[in-house]
Amino acid sequence: MEQDITLKKEGQGLAFLKPMLVKLTSKFQQGDLISWLKKSGITILSIALFLGLWHLGSKALYNKEANYKIEKALTEQGQEAADAERACIASGDSSCQPNTLPAPSQVWASLQSLIADHKVITADKAAFAQKMEATNEKLIAQGKDAIVYTGRASFIDIVLTSIKTVFAGFLLALLIAVPIGIIIGLSPSLRSAFNWFIQIFKPVSPVVWYLLVFMIVKTLYIGDSSDNAFVISFISVGLCAMWATLVNTAMGVSSVDKDYINVAKVLKLGTFQKVFKVILPSSLPLIFTGLRITLSVAWMVLIAIELLAQSQGLGLFVWEEFQNGANDSNSKIIVAMFVIGIIGFLLDRLMLMVQNMVSFNKNEGV
Amino acid sequence: MSTDTIIDKSMTENGILYPSKVMLDLSKLKKVYPTPKGDYVVLEDLDLQIMKEEFVTIIGHSGCGKTTMLSMIAGLNPISGGNIAVLGNPVKGPGPDRGVIFQSPSLMPWMTALQNVMLGVNQVFSHATKKQRNDIAKYYLQKVGLEGAFDKKASELSQGMQQRVGIARAFAIKPKVLLLDEPFGMLDSLTRGELQDILIEIWNKEKITAVMITHDVDEAIFLADRVIMMTSGPRAKIGDILDINFERPRTRKSVLEHDDYYTYRKHLIDFLEH
Repeated sequence: MEQDITLKKEGQGLAFLKPMLVKLTSKFQQGDLISWLKKSGITILSIALFLGLWHLGSKALYNKEANYKIEKALTEQGQEAADAERACIASGDSSCQPNTLPAPSQVWASLQSLIADHKVITADKAAFAQKMEATNEKLIAQGKDAIVYTGRASFIDIVLTSIKTVFAGFLLALLIAVPIGIIIGLSPSLRSAFNWFIQIFKPVSPVVWYLLVFMIVKTLYIGDSSDNAFVISFISVGLCAMWATLVNTAMGVSSVDKDYINVAKVLKLGTFQKVFKVILPSSLPLIFTGLRITLSVAWMVLIAIELLAQSQGLGLFVWEEFQNGANDSNSKIIVAMFVIGIIGFLLDRLMLMVQNMVSFNKNEGV
Repeated sequence: MSTDTIIDKSMTENGILYPSKVMLDLSKLKKVYPTPKGDYVVLEDLDLQIMKEEFVTIIGHSGCGKTTMLSMIAGLNPISGGNIAVLGNPVKGPGPDRGVIFQSPSLMPWMTALQNVMLGVNQVFSHATKKQRNDIAKYYLQKVGLEGAFDKKASELSQGMQQRVGIARAFAIKPKVLLLDEPFGMLDSLTRGELQDILIEIWNKEKITAVMITHDVDEAIFLADRVIMMTSGPRAKIGDILDINFERPRTRKSVLEHDDYYTYRKHLIDFLEH
């Protein structure tokens, strides 16, 4: 009843919301509010618990390292130095801070500083583009290359590069693994012929894949001054990640329900029809499960490969921050870790959505 | 029983068969599965002739080789010895002249009911226009009572509805022989009755020679012109044949009230229990 009154107050304009609101409220009225609160309450509680443990853990580590530093000053330089060290650590001066696992608050601060940094760099870029506009026009008119901004990449640019790398790698994996998987799935003799190949190359480490791709791409790019780090990293990511899709596609295609195959036989469907109307649709769920695994593996190996390939992505960012050893480096690494995790999670949800859209068995996969 | 009953007397003259009346001819049929312990002979010396426009049901204990025999007729299972011929032509592999209704509906779950029927129709009537093919598929879906479900995904249909689509799919390709492998075995008895009525109604119109495996004695009597009883394996063969002389078209009521019904029923049950 209350709902009606408030709606009237809001006027005719929102009348179309009424059924929705009624549905929503009636849903909550039936005790769903409590169960919803319970559900989200547990989630919030678990997050709070996680943050709390993290905070306590980092504090313990901080104290351990601080005590060690003071102790060391005491044994090596005497009481005076120890007191100075203690005062320095307590003052929060960056020169003597213990460099250990950062607390949640530090990570949060780093995230904000990274975003602020991004804004500065974007402004820089815009200013640069404006300044160079006239010059570039002239250069292009003369048939020369325009001058582009070559300053530091911001954190957001780095994340975008990583996403680009993963998508390119994923696409490569899809283009290689799905057709090959279908072909070897269709033919038992090809399957046994390819089996050793898959078994040997599947467990190869990302680092080795990188080196292999590097050997080949380096030679292909000889004499070409353009940056090949991106090419090397996306090919390596694709090669590392494609195996799950290859194996799942082959399995899906080779294990199509015998009844469907019998129907195709009785109807005397041609090979093309059989593959595209019967075999592929029925193996789509397994193919998509493979693609989901491929995407998550791609994210996992990305860091190692970008680091090695010196590609301007999160992998290199993490490594440079680690080498850098600045006061907020550790918390920036943790920020990168969360960003990778969250993007990976979102991509997985995206894949699940696509999978549910194309597959006939709903409620499959979690 | 002698061979006289195997070959229906009405169709012979001086003991010689009119070959043109025989639709399906199984002779000396044999099936052997090799096992590590030696060959396992499922069927041996199985002879059976099924006439045009005849509805035959096959009954026997589980594992006696009924399904093996049917899948050999369908061409899905290679024969180890003997012959199977349709209108005198030996069977070589599966083909749409022998439509099959499987035990599970075996519809492509990602296709709609209409698409499932069209899959076969497109294949068999490839020379017809798209509209004609559509009309054929829709006609048979209507016949099985699915006029409202053309565009429903097969996975959204109930088991009984799916089997209706299976029936429509099999009839729509206008086969010479219809092979039914316990098509109603997985359904509850109410749905089973409904589907039997639908099947017999379409069959009365189309008169496609039908061979149906069943476990259900009443179903066997209600649908068939002849009930074939198979002996238990290994080396299963035809044990006995029972002619069902009810008039067609039949209704369930008229069959149940017929004087001979319980004689037939007793005959079948006696066979199965010995």
